[in-house]
Amino acid sequence: MTSLDLTDAARRPFTGRRVRFGDVSLQVVAGAAAAAVTILVGLIVWKVIEGARLSISHYGLAFVTRIAWNPVLGHEIYGAGSFLFGTAITSLFALVLAAPLAMGVALFLSELSPGWLRAPVTALVETLAAVPSVVIGLWGILVLGPALRGHIESWLHSAFGFIPFFGDPSPAGASIFTAIIVLTIMILPIVSSISRELFLGVPHDLKEGALALGTTRWEMVKGVVFPYSRGGIAAALILGLGRALGEAIAVTQVIGGGVFIHWSIFDGGDTLASKIAASYQGSSTNLQTASLVYLALILLVFSLVANISAQLIVRRVARRHGITRGGHA
Amino acid sequence: MSAQGLTGPGLRVDRLPRRRRVNRAMELLAWLAAAIAIAILAIVVYSVARRGASELNLNLLTKDPIPFSFGNQPQGLANAFVGTLVIVGIAILMALPVGILVAIYLNEFAPAAIRNGVSMVLDVLNGVPAIVIGIFVYGLIVVGHGQSAIAGSFALACLMLPLVARATMEVLALVPNALREAGLGLGIPRWRTTLSIVVPQTVGGIVTGTVLAVARVAGETAPLLFTTSFVGTQTHWDPHHALQSVPVAIFELSESADPQDHARAWAAALVLLIFILIASLGARWVATRSRAKMAAR
Repeated sequence: MTSLDLTDAARRPFTGRRVRFGDVSLQVVAGAAAAAVTILVGLIVWKVIEGARLSISHYGLAFVTRIAWNPVLGHEIYGAGSFLFGTAITSLFALVLAAPLAMGVALFLSELSPGWLRAPVTALVETLAAVPSVVIGLWGILVLGPALRGHIESWLHSAFGFIPFFGDPSPAGASIFTAIIVLTIMILPIVSSISRELFLGVPHDLKEGALALGTTRWEMVKGVVFPYSRGGIAAALILGLGRALGEAIAVTQVIGGGVFIHWSIFDGGDTLASKIAASYQGSSTNLQTASLVYLALILLVFSLVANISAQLIVRRVARRHGITRGGHA
Repeated sequence: MSAQGLTGPGLRVDRLPRRRRVNRAMELLAWLAAAIAIAILAIVVYSVARRGASELNLNLLTKDPIPFSFGNQPQGLANAFVGTLVIVGIAILMALPVGILVAIYLNEFAPAAIRNGVSMVLDVLNGVPAIVIGIFVYGLIVVGHGQSAIAGSFALACLMLPLVARATMEVLALVPNALREAGLGLGIPRWRTTLSIVVPQTVGGIVTGTVLAVARVAGETAPLLFTTSFVGTQTHWDPHHALQSVPVAIFELSESADPQDHARAWAAALVLLIFILIASLGARWVATRSRAKMAAR
């Protein structure tokens, strides 16, 4: 009897419509939020292009390679060349330093660490990622910079001075070299935590198979873990690079500034991001503002390319591994 | 593919001592790398703590900075701490509802193609450099309306949004399908099943994710430089004005040549660091514990 009533109630057209109304409205509200996120990304791209328009129409693509930044009225001329150079040299060197360290940390956490040490070390490495960049920068300019200038730079100069990278030590401790070390510290935790997850995802039967063939642990890593996670490691490195490209504050604090290209990493310089951040107190003309936004546009393009390519790699790798894993089973 | 490294003369038994030595060396290097990573953290935290502790007192939190002071007048950064509180608070109000709704849509309603597409958009947003977000909000809001704490909050919300949405999606994916089916099987409409059965299961995860996101953006300087940095030295609560914030204050003090300013920068950095370390380590600890509990069930 009661069940009949329920069925009746459920069949009442009004209730049916109300049920659908609730479903539809939640779906619409939540869907609108998802659409808003997508629009937001489009809006970011559009606003940055719009802000740079004056400089784009004034200089065109020549802006990208020109080495000049002169805001003096009447002699105004702007270009991104030296900042591109600074960005490239700082992030690439940082990546070269951070990659082997990160691989070591990830291998330690996934293969070597005793069980009781694993969780705390993982947490500490991720904590390093949580330290704000302004604090790293403060430490970089007041502690790390002077220390590097006093000990490391003079030593590198006297030992490797014949390589143009290692010129005379910097006078102030604020140099591209300090920026490289700071960026290394900032991308190390990102690359290592992604790599750790990749290494943990390598199937145990593959690893154990290699060990059963009589390999040492390192040979197993070299022959199984690295090849299996090759694509993922590439993606992790690209993401680290993207982070290094875009870091503004810490780099602004330690890099010293300057508009010129020189090979010595012990001199000052600027990256795209640090130049923008250093100019926050305002510009004298509209053209200067637009040129700063143009720098942001170049940075945005870099970070979009880096991010999307890293994701495409991850997706491709996931698909391929899905298939091989199916093959194993 | 993966077997290539395992063939050839490299694995000869008569080379075993040498192979073992190589292995030993590599293991040592990995230990060393982990030790270096931890040493860096320890050195940074120690430097901040040692230099910041001497200057850390109640005046820092309760007194406003005095411009151009001579002598040992008490100078605090109360305006910065209040500003950060307001800016981050409004950012949470902006990012949290949208982030949760996005996650609900993607995990509960969206077809696979849209889910993949929008997740990728979230990742792209997460990868946009903070300074570019600052420039974006500068062009969107500041150019017409001037700097304000709300503009800064919006910039921080752009950074928080993908973090909150990702974290929520991860916990939503952990809710067993049996719960959804049970709800629908009882004749409860889908929206009520989602809102009052599925989402309440994930509150813990959402809180953890939000705390981690707050810990991440509370220390962000770059988005605030162009949106809320032209400030006076007095404490304000009104978000329609530009408010000072702790990271921007540290940034400005660190660029100064005055050692007294450096001392205050260290003290503010120490407060910020303590907050961020407690928040992120605490959230992580709660997350691991609740995950272990879930696994035990």
